Amino acid sequence: MSLDLSQFIPTFLEESFEGLELMESSLLNLEHGDDETINSIFRAAHSIKGGAGTFGFGHVTDFTHLVETLLDEMRDGRREIKNEEVEVLLASVDCIRLMIEAIQNDDDYDPSSIEETSERLSILLANGEDNASDGKSVAADEPMLLGKIWQITFIPEHHLVQTGNDPLLLFNALEDLGELIVLAKTEQLPSITEIDVEELYIHWQLTLMSDNASEADIREVFEWVEDECELDINLLSDDTPAPPSSVDEQPVNKAPNTITVDSETIEELPSHLNEADVALEQAASKALAEQEVAAENNAPAQSSSSQPTQATKPAAKTQTSKTPAKGKGDTGSIRVGVDKVDSLINLVGELVITQSMLSELGNDFDLSKVEKLTAGLEQLLQNTKELQESVMRIRMLPISFAFNRFPRLIHDLAKKTGKDIELIINGENTELDKTVMEQIGDPLVHLVRNAVDHGIEPADKRLAAGKSAQGTIWLDAYHQGGSIVIEIKDDGGGINREAVFNKALEKGLIDANASLTDQQVFDLIFEPGFSTAQAVSDISGRGVGMDVVKKNIQALGGRIQVDSVPGEGSTFKVYLPLTLAILDGQLVKVGDEVFVVPLITIVESLQAKADLINRVSGDMVLYRLREDNVPVIPIFELFNLPAEHQTVDNALMVVVEADGQKVGLMVDDLLAQQQVVIKSLKDNYQDVAGISGATILGDGSVAMILDIPGIISMAQKIAAEKQAERIANYSKALEGAVN
Amino acid sequence: MAKVLVVDDSNSIRDMVSFTLKAAGYETVEAANGQEGLTKAQSGNIDLVITDVNMPIMDGITLCQELRKLPAFKFTPILMLTTESSVDMKQRGKAAGATGWLVKPFNPEKLLATIKRVIR
Repeated sequence: MSLDLSQFIPTFLEESFEGLELMESSLLNLEHGDDETINSIFRAAHSIKGGAGTFGFGHVTDFTHLVETLLDEMRDGRREIKNEEVEVLLASVDCIRLMIEAIQNDDDYDPSSIEETSERLSILLANGEDNASDGKSVAADEPMLLGKIWQITFIPEHHLVQTGNDPLLLFNALEDLGELIVLAKTEQLPSITEIDVEELYIHWQLTLMSDNASEADIREVFEWVEDECELDINLLSDDTPAPPSSVDEQPVNKAPNTITVDSETIEELPSHLNEADVALEQAASKALAEQEVAAENNAPAQSSSSQPTQATKPAAKTQTSKTPAKGKGDTGSIRVGVDKVDSLINLVGELVITQSMLSELGNDFDLSKVEKLTAGLEQLLQNTKELQESVMRIRMLPISFAFNRFPRLIHDLAKKTGKDIELIINGENTELDKTVMEQIGDPLVHLVRNAVDHGIEPADKRLAAGKSAQGTIWLDAYHQGGSIVIEIKDDGGGINREAVFNKALEKGLIDANASLTDQQVFDLIFEPGFSTAQAVSDISGRGVGMDVVKKNIQALGGRIQVDSVPGEGSTFKVYLPLTLAILDGQLVKVGDEVFVVPLITIVESLQAKADLINRVSGDMVLYRLREDNVPVIPIFELFNLPAEHQTVDNALMVVVEADGQKVGLMVDDLLAQQQVVIKSLKDNYQDVAGISGATILGDGSVAMILDIPGIISMAQKIAAEKQAERIANYSKALEGAVN
Repeated sequence: MAKVLVVDDSNSIRDMVSFTLKAAGYETVEAANGQEGLTKAQSGNIDLVITDVNMPIMDGITLCQELRKLPAFKFTPILMLTTESSVDMKQRGKAAGATGWLVKPFNPEKLLATIKRVIR
């Protein structure tokens, strides 16, 4: 029977990655670890090795075997855990990860690092304790003889059945090697009053006729009982039948697949079982009844369907699949706690109850039942909301998935920079949408690198400033309103306002006489091409700056904010939406069209008062909102729509903010606020300027979701064009006047 | 048809073993560690236990010792899945009452051929 195991490979890969994460984090914690820590590292390596062997990834098995051997020595206390070992093991984790990723992506990998680490491991092992030997003892090749006859004497110890071994099944296995004749010898059987039903008193004389069975093959069958029996295996010449050696035995002809035991044995043995106590009876009959019956057709029934059975997951986890995802390290599946699934099932149950109630109501509806209908619909709304929330929660993963790479990163960076840095992580159980998680990793890495490189000062500088030599970086995640906040904080030197200001001046980002608040100065570091690193280190400042970090975070619908106190450190706060799939929206009407404005961008909505409207030169309209002058953007003009309100006077305005810019969107009407499911325009049609996506409303119509930052930059562009046009016209007019 | 309890903390190995056994017509019960295995063992008529050695919470050796204390498991075959085919490992398994061992890695054919020695 050949079974295809490839369906289990994704699970194996997923497990391996988890195991590697565990190994890495445990290795980093080894100094204040205990036996259990080293044990868990060993187990993870052990599982990866076993799985890799099973699924035919020999290169992973071989490499991991070295790692496991080293860990085994540490585990047994035969090897001291020193820095060198930990570093090699960390490098090994990287190597295994490289190989597993290559398997996952069906890709090649560069073997040089693996060879190097193998060598380091081998050297360590050679200098260490005795090398744990592994591998099966391989039987020496024996010349293959045809038509061998083996004589096997098998005298089991009395307690053999108590380890679950069953001689008859061993004989079955021997039958697979050739023709077998079994003789049971009963001379050691005590009298019925002295018999102990849990003991085995019989021994056997077996004759095996086989074309190709070697002694090793036979020994393998008895492998598990070799310490609990006398086993004598002799090769008889072909024409020598086994001489009868005792009066008790009677050679029998045997039909294929049956085993015959002489009848006396059978009759005597089970007869006393009735006297044995009930608990033992079951066991004893199992052990002995087998000696009673000629076992017929012992092969397990082959099930005709080799349909892959649904793989069951351990109780703690279950798996749902989603559409194939792209991107490295994404297995396209998500592990979800059983509790989440249970709550979904409950909610669906409630939904079904509500549905049946409503359809009952609809069967013979009359106006007297309106109240019931209203209640039922409210129930339905409640069910739907809860169900939606639960479904969204399935996509949420604890942020530790993004955080757990940092201990290693800090460990490596600290070594590289010669700084002493402690990392403190909080809130790693805060949950975040999987998609957001996958995309926030890189920006976070950049921010952490930045904190190490530019934040934390070298030890001598810290000591001079009266701080501890060891710098600290805090990673924190928590909920705030409808967002997740990720904080990267350091107790380093803070941002040097003057240096930033001068740099920005030099780059022509600001005017020399500009008066900026601290906040505005700090925000300059997110400008493209801005870097204050005196020398470009290879840690950060690889031409990828904070501007890219900011752009990536904005692409996720998030924002970043920096705070800094000179001499005390900096705090970067990243605000992210809980999910990318659903948006809280304000529905607005322009002409006959409905648009969705993301609620998160709305500052306020108001009716424009004529006396606050300020028309500047050209067509630009500014609206005075307390101390701000807000540019007004007529949506109907932007998208060439007919609209009720063509002028600003008394029009409805939705004031929105993006990138620190406020604008007023002119609309005809404000409708409901509701959560909408975002559908991509790009996937279904194409990118449209000013529109970030679309959604389907309750009445089945499609509404566009406004891209507020996009609209603001569109409006700026239009204003600039108009301005240029005006200047051109003005110069023409001037020329005309002069001439 | 015989019922097999498969205990391993590795999902993939457990799935593989279980899948192989089911394809051969056995019924399987699965557990992710020794403790869970011990609980599940007591819930039904188990004809064979296949367990990994290295597991969190309760390892395979302890599981084996605990099972042998139960009257219903006095004669039940218990096989250890192990890559450590060292003499020491076998002896520890034997001392704990194990029936035998399976050396990882093994393929489905090998697994089925081997368990025929302890289960019909």
